[in-house]
Amino acid sequence: MPAWTCANGSDSGGALMAGAPKRKASTAMVAAKAVVHALALTPVAILAWQIRQEWLTGSGGLGADPVAEIEHRLGTWALRLLLITLAVSPLRQWTGQPQLLRFRRMLGLYAFFYATLHLAAYLVLDLRGYWALVFEEIVERPYITVGFAAWLLLVPLAVTSTQAAIRRLGRRWGQLHKLVYAIAVLAVLHFWWIVKSDIREPLLYAAILAVLLGWRAMRAWQRRRAATASPAAARPQRVP
Amino acid sequence: MSLRDALRIPAAEITDEAVYRDRRRLLAAMAAAPALGLAGCAESAPPPPASNVRISPEQARAGFVTEEVKTSYQDITTYNNFYEFGTGKSDPSRAAKTLQTSPWSVAVGGECEKPGTVSLGDLIKGITPTERVYRLRCVEGWSMVIPWLGVPLADVLKRFAPTSKAKFVAFTTLADRKQMPGIAYRSINWPYREGLRIDEAMHPLAFLATGLYGKPLPQQNGAPLRLVVPWKYGFKSIKSIVAIDFVEKRPRTAWNDLQPSEYGFFSNVNPNVDHPRWSQKTERRIAGTGSKLFADRIPTRLFNGYADQVAGLYAGMDLRQWF
Repeated sequence: MPAWTCANGSDSGGALMAGAPKRKASTAMVAAKAVVHALALTPVAILAWQIRQEWLTGSGGLGADPVAEIEHRLGTWALRLLLITLAVSPLRQWTGQPQLLRFRRMLGLYAFFYATLHLAAYLVLDLRGYWALVFEEIVERPYITVGFAAWLLLVPLAVTSTQAAIRRLGRRWGQLHKLVYAIAVLAVLHFWWIVKSDIREPLLYAAILAVLLGWRAMRAWQRRRAATASPAAARPQRVP
Repeated sequence: MSLRDALRIPAAEITDEAVYRDRRRLLAAMAAAPALGLAGCAESAPPPPASNVRISPEQARAGFVTEEVKTSYQDITTYNNFYEFGTGKSDPSRAAKTLQTSPWSVAVGGECEKPGTVSLGDLIKGITPTERVYRLRCVEGWSMVIPWLGVPLADVLKRFAPTSKAKFVAFTTLADRKQMPGIAYRSINWPYREGLRIDEAMHPLAFLATGLYGKPLPQQNGAPLRLVVPWKYGFKSIKSIVAIDFVEKRPRTAWNDLQPSEYGFFSNVNPNVDHPRWSQKTERRIAGTGSKLFADRIPTRLFNGYADQVAGLYAGMDLRQWF
């Protein structure tokens, strides 16, 4: 079985696929993955081009404060990809397309990729020589504390995203990867707390996250109710 | 809980003040949304009265022109906080072009002997325009060096003969829904208001700008008339002024209105007093010929480097309390 079919771990869809016979990736799936890779890399490609122009000509369309723009752009895409990753399960349920799950790991890893670049931009371009400030900032500034915590919590998820780790961790893999909910909340908070007064943009992300987490809470509640009503009919299931 | 009960609480059960203050800081940080803003405690008392300290003309002149590398005209005019035209930094340079700056009049009133609404031309007639090259430090942590063109604020204010009751000067920005698309969203309790203590307003560094780089002021920078108070955070330098009032009580100011725990009335640049959510110790200087990808981060100076000129205004004041 190719690695990507089991990125869903203990998910019910994964259980279904684990029972399926060994098969080769279809041409359609390869093409679809290539498209998702291309889309996920587009923001960083555009940014890289603008940074190159900024470096060569002094005007790359990044504004008067390119450092702030680079940080903001990378951070925004990390958050967007995180929310897109969290939208995979509800979308699969809604559309009845189990193969959507095969994109979840790569989307999650792209969220980590952008979050790491965001952190790197802060450390290298923003703080510049003020390395001593790093610890003070992480401890004293709530928005940096939660942002850094979000990135730190993403690390174990990225590390355990391999097929081998999924197998090794078994049930605990699903439990560990529930951290993504906390990470998403921290990421939205990180954005919210840096805004001075125009909260519309962070509010939009907070609303999307509320829907995504609300859907999971509702499903969990429905399952518990079904389990109470007829214990025999309730199958252990977990919505990632 | 009654006061009597409160007095009976053992000392050990009372939250340590440091912990309490920390909690308040965190709460203040959480209350980023204006609707959740905490009522300010820091400024419930009236601010201290004006000082009597005077500075010599030489001392003042030393602050008029900095030799530091200037920020480019392009950057000064495309990176603006002018929420009346949108909250994005590049919004004002696109949306403010349609602002009608002529004719323009300013209503001057309050505690003065010669109130009146005057045209911009009359307001500054006869006062020799001068250039001032000032540092501008934004509360967000970036700074610029800007060559303004304009007149000393004191010269304009004196024309209206403020009385002894004039303890403060209040300024108001135009709030025209038709011309200013940003007004539709309440990012600020419109209109934008600012204020200075009378001694601050009469200080030789306080300036009314009508131009920059020798050209008329672009709309996004606060045309046709804006305040420049170089030792305070940028938001104190109110743009597109339509009213000036001499008042006895501390006037309302826009950012203090929104978040009194984060933005004080004085808002003097001070590296030792952090904004509750971010540090004010350093700043990114947007200036120079090097690539802005590696723009310098430099230490922020007390009163934005104008301590020699303005520190006397605040003699004996606790700058942590009166932030």
